[in-house]
Amino acid sequence: MKPETHAETKADRAGEKTMKETSYLKAVTEALREEMLRDEKVFIAGEDVGECGGPFAATRNLFREFGPKRVRDTPISESAIIGLAIGAAATGMRPVVEIMFSDFIATCWDQVVNQAAKMRFMFGGSLTLPLVIRTQMGAGQNAGPQHSQSIEAWAMHVPGLKVVMPSTAYDAKGLLKAAIRDDNPVLFIENRICYKLRQSIPEEDYVLPLGVADVKREGRDVTVVAVSNLVHKALAAAALLAGEGIEAEVVDPRSILPLDIETIKKSVRKTSRLVIVHEDVRFAGMGAEIAAAVSEEVFDYLDAPIKRVAAPFMPVPFSKPLEEFYLPNEEKIVKAVHEVLQ
Amino acid sequence: MARNGCGEAVPPKEIQLAMYRTMLTIRMFEESISEAFARGLIPGFIHLCIGQEATAAGTGANLRADDYIISTHRGHGHCIAKGADVRLMAAEIFGRATGYCKGRGGSMHVAAPALGILGANGIVGGGLPIINGAALSAQMRGTDQVAVCFFGEGASNEGTFHEAVNLAAVWKLPVVFLCENNGYAEFTPLSTHMAVKSVADRAAAYGIEGLTVDGNDVLQVYEGVRGAVERARRGDGPSIVEGLTYRWHGHYEGDPQKYRSQEEMEKWRGRDPIARFSERLAAQGILEAASQERVRMEVKKEIDAALQYAQDSPLPSPEEALLEVYA
Repeated sequence: MKPETHAETKADRAGEKTMKETSYLKAVTEALREEMLRDEKVFIAGEDVGECGGPFAATRNLFREFGPKRVRDTPISESAIIGLAIGAAATGMRPVVEIMFSDFIATCWDQVVNQAAKMRFMFGGSLTLPLVIRTQMGAGQNAGPQHSQSIEAWAMHVPGLKVVMPSTAYDAKGLLKAAIRDDNPVLFIENRICYKLRQSIPEEDYVLPLGVADVKREGRDVTVVAVSNLVHKALAAAALLAGEGIEAEVVDPRSILPLDIETIKKSVRKTSRLVIVHEDVRFAGMGAEIAAAVSEEVFDYLDAPIKRVAAPFMPVPFSKPLEEFYLPNEEKIVKAVHEVLQ
Repeated sequence: MARNGCGEAVPPKEIQLAMYRTMLTIRMFEESISEAFARGLIPGFIHLCIGQEATAAGTGANLRADDYIISTHRGHGHCIAKGADVRLMAAEIFGRATGYCKGRGGSMHVAAPALGILGANGIVGGGLPIINGAALSAQMRGTDQVAVCFFGEGASNEGTFHEAVNLAAVWKLPVVFLCENNGYAEFTPLSTHMAVKSVADRAAAYGIEGLTVDGNDVLQVYEGVRGAVERARRGDGPSIVEGLTYRWHGHYEGDPQKYRSQEEMEKWRGRDPIARFSERLAAQGILEAASQERVRMEVKKEIDAALQYAQDSPLPSPEEALLEVYA
C-alpha cells in the first residue's frame, strides 16, 4: 500500500517545485550524500557501510564517491563506533555513525548515555557534540527478539539526546539533514519496514526542523498519535474508520525528543479523544509520557480515557503468529478508536 | 635529547625543571584538596593520585598545547600536566560557578577543551573509545596532533579497551594509550583481575608497540612516552605505555583500605617519585636544594591562592541549571 501522507500533499501543493519519486531508503542516502557534499566535516563510519554500501544499502555508492577516508568501515565494535563519533565531534568534525540494528545499541549504551548525552552539560557547555547515530528498527519481518526491539523509550529518557523516528521518505530526508546540521547528539531511528515506501519529494535541498510534529491526516473525531512505521498503520486504520464516518486525525511527532506536545494538545483540544500507537511495549513506553502530558495539560478537553495501542510486555517474538500477536495493526487501532468513541 | 655523563638519554634541563614543578603542583594541589575534603568543604567524593605524579608529568611534558588528552576519575594530575589552571580546577572541585564546568561536573569531570583536555571521565574505560575520535579528527583535518588516553590497569579489563585499541591499531590512529598500573582495580589487586602481569603485554594482541616503564621515575616515563608520541605524530600509529606506580591514598578519600598492608604502603612511599627526582636534580646540579625549596614555596602560594579562589567563588544558581543540556 502506498500511503497518502500529509507531507506528500503539502509537497505537491508547492506546485512550482520540481518533484521526484524516491524511496525512504534512497532519501536517507541522498540526505547523507548532500550533507557530505555540503560540509567536508561530515563523515560516515560503521559496520559494512563502505564498499558494500551498508547492510540495508543506505550508504550505497557513497564509498565510491567519497572514498575510504569519509566512508569508513569499522570493526564490529559498537562502543568504539560511538566513542569515535564523540571524540571526532568534540574536535570539530560532524560524524554520522551507524549502529546496524537498534537492538545493538545496548552494547554501547554507556557511550551514548554517559558520554555523548552528558558531555556538553557535564563540561559546563565548553564543547558541542554534533553527531548523528543512525540506526534502524522494525518488528514484522520475523527477525526475532534481538533484531526487532523498539528502544525509543530508553532513548527519549536521556537528557542531552535528540531522538528522531521518521515515517516517510520526505521526512527521513529532511530530518536526517537537520540531524546532521544539529549541534547535539541525535539518535536517528529509521524503520526498515519503511525503506521501500516510495513518495514524491522535492528535487532541491530542504530541511525539516527537529521537534515539530506533522499532522499526517486531518480529522475531527479522534486524535491518533503514531510514529515510524505505525504512522502507516494509523493512516490505514483512519481510512477504514472514514468508511464508518469517523474522521481520525493522525499526528506523527517525527522526533520524540524533543517532543512536540503542543501539536498533540492542539489536536486533542479539537477532537477530545486520544489514541496513542507504538510498537514498543505499552508499559512505560513513549505513549505513557504523551498520555501523562495530555492529562496534565488538556484534561478538561478529553471526553474519554486515553487509549494506548502498543505491544504486550514481552520481547518481540520470532514466529509469525506470535509476532502478529505482538504488533499493533489497523484492527487494533480501529478497535481502540471505537472504544474511545463509545 | 641530550645525554648526561653516564650516557643516559635525558631531556633538556628546562623540561626536567618543568616536570619537577608539575609533579610538585599535583602533589600539593591534591594534599590541599584532601585536607579541604576532610574538613567538609568539598561535596561528593574525591579520588587522588598522590604517589602517581610522575606518569602525569612525564606524559604532559611530551605534549603540545594542541594535543589532546582524556583522563580518568583520578584525573587531577593529568589535567594539571596538560596545563589546566589550578584555580579553575579547585573551583570545579568545590562545585563553584567559576569552575571549569561551572559546577556541573566536579572532580571526576574536569574538562578544558581549549587546552586539549577532553575531560576526565567517571566511567572506567569510558574515555578509551573517545580518544580515537579525537585522533581520527586530527588525521582527517591533516594536523599532526596526538591524542593520549589515560587509563588504569583495571580499565584494561573493560570491553572498551579491546574495542578502542583494536580500532586505533587498524586505522593507525595517532594515539598513546597511557596506562597507570597502580596495582589495584579499586579494591582488587592485579593478581585477582588479570592473568597477564603487564598491560603492555596486551599490545601484542593488537599488533602495536607496548612498553612498561617505572611509573615512579619521571625520566623513564618521559622517555617511554616520547617514543610513543613520536610514533603517533609521524603516522606510525598507536602504542600502549604502561607506568608501574602506586597510589598513596585510598581508591577514594575515606577508603579504609583494608585490602592492602601497611608494609606495602610503606615500601611504595619509599619510592616517592618526587623525592627520587628531587634528589637526582640536586645531585646533577640541575636544581639545588635551596632552589627546590624556592619552587616549593612558589607552588604552595599558587595552590593556596587556588583554594582560596574556589572558596571565595559563588555557587552556581539553580536558575541556570538547565542551561547547556543542549547546544
